[in-house]
Amino acid sequence: MLSATLLIAILTIILIGRLVFLQIHHHALYKTLALNNQVRIVPITPTRGLIFDRNGVLLAENLPAFSLEITPERTPNIQGTLDAIQTIIPLSVEEHDRFKKQLKYKRRNEGIPLRLKLTEEEVAKFSVEKHHLPGVDIVARLIRHYPFNSGFAHALGYVGPISEKDLMEIDATNYRGTYSMGKIGIEKFYESILHGKTGYQHIETDAKGRTIRILNRIPPTAGADLYLSLDSQLQHACIEALNDQKGAVVAIVPQTGEVLALVSTPSFDPNLFAQGIDVNSYKTLQHSPDKPLFDRAIRGQYPPGSTIKPLVALQGLELGLITPEFRIFDPGWYQLNGAGRLYRDWIYFSKRHGHGSVDLEKAMSQSCDTYFFTLAHKMGVHHLHTVYTQFGLGKRTHIDITGEAQGLAPNAEWKKRVYNEAWYPGDTLNIGIGQGTFLTTPLQMAHVTAILANRGHSFMPRIVSAIDELHTGTPVSQLPKPAQVIALQNHKNWEIVINAMQKVVHLPGGTAFRISKGIQYQMAGKTGTAQVFNLKQNEKYEANKVKAHLRDHSWFIAFAPIDKPKIAIAVLIENKHNKTGADIARVVLDSFFNSKPSEVSSDLTGEDETDVGGEENTE
Amino acid sequence: MYYKKRNFFSNLHVDGALLLGISAIALLGLIILYSAKPEIDFIERQLLRLVVAGVIMLSIAQIPPRLLKVLTPWLYFTGLIFLASVLIIGQVSKGAQRWLDLWFVRFQPAELMKIAVPMMVAKYLDEHLMPPKLSILFLPLLFVLLPTALIAKQPDLGTALLICSSGFLVIFFSGIRWQWMFYASALTTACLPIFWFFMHDYQRQRILVLLNPDRDPLGTGYHIIQSKIAIGSGGLYGKGWLEGTQSHLEFLPERSTDFIFSVFSEEFGLVGCLILLTLYLCIIIRGLYISVQAQDTFSRLLAGSLIMTLFVYVFVNVGMVTGILPVVGIPLPLISYGGTSLVTLMASFGILMSIHTHRTLLPK
Repeated sequence: MLSATLLIAILTIILIGRLVFLQIHHHALYKTLALNNQVRIVPITPTRGLIFDRNGVLLAENLPAFSLEITPERTPNIQGTLDAIQTIIPLSVEEHDRFKKQLKYKRRNEGIPLRLKLTEEEVAKFSVEKHHLPGVDIVARLIRHYPFNSGFAHALGYVGPISEKDLMEIDATNYRGTYSMGKIGIEKFYESILHGKTGYQHIETDAKGRTIRILNRIPPTAGADLYLSLDSQLQHACIEALNDQKGAVVAIVPQTGEVLALVSTPSFDPNLFAQGIDVNSYKTLQHSPDKPLFDRAIRGQYPPGSTIKPLVALQGLELGLITPEFRIFDPGWYQLNGAGRLYRDWIYFSKRHGHGSVDLEKAMSQSCDTYFFTLAHKMGVHHLHTVYTQFGLGKRTHIDITGEAQGLAPNAEWKKRVYNEAWYPGDTLNIGIGQGTFLTTPLQMAHVTAILANRGHSFMPRIVSAIDELHTGTPVSQLPKPAQVIALQNHKNWEIVINAMQKVVHLPGGTAFRISKGIQYQMAGKTGTAQVFNLKQNEKYEANKVKAHLRDHSWFIAFAPIDKPKIAIAVLIENKHNKTGADIARVVLDSFFNSKPSEVSSDLTGEDETDVGGEENTE
Repeated sequence: MYYKKRNFFSNLHVDGALLLGISAIALLGLIILYSAKPEIDFIERQLLRLVVAGVIMLSIAQIPPRLLKVLTPWLYFTGLIFLASVLIIGQVSKGAQRWLDLWFVRFQPAELMKIAVPMMVAKYLDEHLMPPKLSILFLPLLFVLLPTALIAKQPDLGTALLICSSGFLVIFFSGIRWQWMFYASALTTACLPIFWFFMHDYQRQRILVLLNPDRDPLGTGYHIIQSKIAIGSGGLYGKGWLEGTQSHLEFLPERSTDFIFSVFSEEFGLVGCLILLTLYLCIIIRGLYISVQAQDTFSRLLAGSLIMTLFVYVFVNVGMVTGILPVVGIPLPLISYGGTSLVTLMASFGILMSIHTHRTLLPK
């Protein structure tokens, strides 16, 4: 105890000694230093990197804008000042709230924006009143601008004000002076390189904090410029083709994984976010039944429907369960072990008969469900799940955009784990034609198509193809990232399946034969329909009788040309009501190959696959 | 025959002298916090924290030391498990993993260990003959070093060192031989280069900056320079409440948390600092008295360690802002803004009160 007291005494004397040293001996020195302490360190915000498309078209830039800012330290009465500003420029409630929030964690000698973008009229109005509002300034800042408005909203994402939560994830020192950061999309994924490095300057100020001169300056480093693989022309062609339909288009270069187009409609204007969106506009976007903020291309999850059949066929050939010559007779339905419940072929609902005698080519081109029921049952869920996983279904593609959904490739273990139920043979039939609990994103399906086009060679989908970090004008290309190769025992099986897919478009009777009219290139494709709700056993699906939001989704996957594919595409139309996925794909591919878009029949009374085959939850 | 006056305070298991000292410091704290950040709701929030922490202190004071001793291993091992899970699943905040989300509250297991470690060591030593033989010290050393390593890995070097010292203080109070302590400190000094090797860059930076603040005038060095200017310019009587230029012109960083002492010295001068240090010493001496008066080894060791830890806090914080110790992010007890460490601190005061007010009237 004595020693403890002694220790305390010694250490306390050290502290007191230090205090006396600072406060008495060197008091004069530090007093002078405090009086002269008028050098401030002020951050210099770096310029955010620009974003270009593959042809150098500017997709995201920084435009100067006048913002209204308050520096708390120089403002004697903050609430009074806010009220005074209110009479000049009406501020919204959320502008108020945002300011109050930032007031808490920003340094008091740094400007806090009240409004990011003033109109010229507001600038003029405010300049007249400025003299009696100390601490309030009009500051020229760069704000993010997206010249194509809604055109690239889902791919690019947008920047928005830094929130307290964001501050946990970033190096706060490097964001002093920065007002906004990437919130979603490419802007978020590449935030660390787009932002750049903040610079500093030492500024000598007078007692009131006004700048007298700049002492030294450490310049900021601008963020890296990004060159995307997106082609803005193709992107626009997709948007135009989709028109007012809800849906998504994803196009990929099969040999590299470069994403040429990534479209989700309806879209929104990301400039609203970059300028600080107001609550009402945000609520309108958020609560719109069409979900414009939702990126259907990478986050939308839908059963793939019959677009999955090429994979089933490929696996069937590989396992030797079928040959191109193998035939079945389709009466319009399938029965497990020849008895019990009827699993109807889609054609039965409109024609009340089946496809008759069917081989692989016919099964693919006419999308015969009965054929694939037979094959799926022979194959079993294990082999189905294996081929789906090989093609990357049920897992993320790891595209360089945040927020990708992973879909779901169900199997027996999954059903046991999630529902604690056994896997029934009926479940196998369902996932064999891409229905049931099976879920895929348009991006995943485009990826699948690219792998088919590339005969098994898979590349990770990527949207940024080059990065220019030093602003030399010669960006450094990002190398394609090869994924696992699907090696078939018999390489010919690729050609058999692709040949069958070619018939979907180019053979009369094919489910997408309509779109081959006047076509100048050869493509391999596959139609599909994703059920939104289940019909009773003998009910007929009639689009015009079903409520809009319960109508089936329409899929189409394709690649072209067949021998040396240049593009692989997946189209999804939610609740199809005029054009199908195939119609859209034709317009987009025409635009890609620069051939004149010929007339595409928009008449829907023709042979149009609806694929309402199996039923879910069959026992 | 041992005779003790019963009064209102002791019936509530409150130690009046401690309570008085704590209240005085907390009051000074609120006054200076207002100067660091002149906003009423900011002060209200801190006051609310003080009240909540006070209630926790009083609740803990009701638990008799016997029961505390029984609870010790549970507390210790629970804390250890939490520490390990923070490392595994802990939420990354500001690059360091310290928090654990326990569905209802975000919780910092290291805080629990600040009390649980000295309790565990005290309980272990209590079960052995005093003073302990060298062989007996093996387990207590493990009890101290295991959580220290886990916390240092988070990485939170400041807290790790505090917990390490609180554990060693128990051993120190158990009356081990001076030679052993000498050998131990010699060994630690020899190990310093190894610690250096395992340190994070920013931790090395802080030590280098201490030796030469001009090394990093934008970051940590800037903090130390500005803090020294604030303290030095305060002089003997200070610039007066709310009159500090360093703090009000925003030159001082972390004014309401780690660097609150600089604001205090600037505005109240050397005289103010001496009053504040005296108040702390009063509490500490009372704590040491409680330790001496304790009736069993567990209580004696625990009380001594807890109160000495308080002193270490004050010493490290003041040493840090006056530029004689590296900036390790340790708050000034009872004054710095913030709730987590305040609760731990008040809980240890609760334990001290419990030890003092639960003594049996008749000697054993």
